[in-house]
Amino acid sequence: MLRRAAAGRLAVVPLLLFVAVAFGIPAVAMAYGAFTTNTSSTPGTPSAFTSGNLSASLQGGYLTALIGSVKLSATSALIGTVGGLLLAQAVVTSRFQALRHAVLSASGVLANFGGVPLAFAFIATLGNAGVLTTHLHLKDAGWSLYTFWGLNLVYLYFLVPLMVLSVLPSLDGLRRQWREAAQNNGATTWQYWRHVALPVLAPSLLGGFVLLFGTAFAAYATAAAMVGASVPLITLQIANALNGNVAADAGNVALAMSLDMVVIAVLVMAVYLPLQRRSARWLV
Amino acid sequence: MTASTLTEAVDPPSGGQKSARRSGRPRFGRAAVLVIFGLYFAVPILASFLFTVDDPVKGFNLSAYSQIFSVAGLWPALQLSLELAAATIAVVYLLLIPAVVAVRLGGPRLRTFVELTCTLPLVVPSIALTAGITSVLRWGSDNMVPGQTTFIQQLLIDIQNPTFPVILLLAYVVMALPLAYRTLDAGMRALDVRTLLEAAQNNGAGRTRAIVTVILPNLRGALLNTAFLTLALVLGEFTVSSILGYVPFAVWIVNGNAAGQGPVTVAVSIVSLVLTWLLLLVLSAGGGRRGAATPANQ
Repeated sequence: MLRRAAAGRLAVVPLLLFVAVAFGIPAVAMAYGAFTTNTSSTPGTPSAFTSGNLSASLQGGYLTALIGSVKLSATSALIGTVGGLLLAQAVVTSRFQALRHAVLSASGVLANFGGVPLAFAFIATLGNAGVLTTHLHLKDAGWSLYTFWGLNLVYLYFLVPLMVLSVLPSLDGLRRQWREAAQNNGATTWQYWRHVALPVLAPSLLGGFVLLFGTAFAAYATAAAMVGASVPLITLQIANALNGNVAADAGNVALAMSLDMVVIAVLVMAVYLPLQRRSARWLV
Repeated sequence: MTASTLTEAVDPPSGGQKSARRSGRPRFGRAAVLVIFGLYFAVPILASFLFTVDDPVKGFNLSAYSQIFSVAGLWPALQLSLELAAATIAVVYLLLIPAVVAVRLGGPRLRTFVELTCTLPLVVPSIALTAGITSVLRWGSDNMVPGQTTFIQQLLIDIQNPTFPVILLLAYVVMALPLAYRTLDAGMRALDVRTLLEAAQNNGAGRTRAIVTVILPNLRGALLNTAFLTLALVLGEFTVSSILGYVPFAVWIVNGNAAGQGPVTVAVSIVSLVLTWLLLLVLSAGGGRRGAATPANQ
């Protein structure tokens, strides 16, 4: 029995080794580089520890980009959470099984439909020469896709399906009896949602919000492919620095900005993990 | 309180009346929600289709779609992406299947540990992972002394081989781990792994054989889902590959668009979306499960 348990644990070793090498080494290199001076200009010189990269990454244009990313992610995640909840609820209460199946499979595809094709679809639709922009003369009305709200609109295209996928099981878990009990006690629909359904759903809604925030925060391809995006985003800044489009010694600042991103992601995840346990209490 | 007394006054509190009222109002709201979201999701796809077939000079034509077969660079890029996807799926299977089985058989501490390890990549956005990878690769080339390459430096050069960039494979496996683990673990949860394995071993099968011939067939749905999600991830991946300077599928689309092949690249985007959708439908029909709906479940 003991021998078998040990053999079982050995099966985990390749996975751990792989993560240590393929994930651990770059992660450590990133953290190390964020706190050291750039050595690439003069090979051989020992690197010195500094907090300069980090403070540079939290100043001026870099700070604006970081705040821009947080703002965009928070806004789109909030709208995505509400929209996803509405859509999922509409699907759950529908009598048509085909609708449910269609929405689920569409969500599965669209949640993964981030990145380049999505950006192009929106450029073709609502970009400066897009089909809707020209036919509805949106340009005269002051519309531009390459703004904060334009990016929000694009991000929701994969955030709403993601929310549908993550909140649907919880909505399925809401018992019909709870609603009936509330009604029998004279509660209106609003009161039922306010006092029964939303408190039960709260952990999974917040969990979904965190998932959406993280996804929007990390998104790079969509924004990068929308050439001319004038919205400052941290991912675009990192990519610029890595590609050497700005000052040559920006490499280590890029690493510091990456570290900032990781810190924010960790903080957000720290909110989410305890909630994941709590949501299991009501929704079995 | 006032709201409820008001409705009580209008509606006699009999059950049948109430449910008629209740099902009447939300249905209108539900239809509105479905129509709004239906438009939101359908219009960009329809509009980009219009964009590809509507030539400002010649009017309606499908040349953007026929060019897919002749346009330069698409097939090598697609081939690279598909090769990387196949390799990523294989590595994910090899690493995760034994680990997930072990987690099912092992104690809660092992479970927490593996779960944490596989969730870890979630807190490092792919652009940050790329930054880390670049600095590792740069270290290799910066400390290079001509004529004497160390083993590690040679290794760092080898994994950047442009015909098959192993460095991308490593990054993709890391990025696929969180979802793949969750999907496989959810699939495994539906099985009584311990009983199945013990039954197989009582019948004389070795552990590996028991896993391959008993566990895996029962796990078909989760395995297909994992493969599909990984394929979608690799085909759409842009961040790591574009910054490291490789040209797989997604990077080709952007480059081609910048090079003035606008309609063709949008056409390719639409075709890839439709193909992904079809693949998912086939998989969800074949696997007898709810398609990719399970993995994103929190």
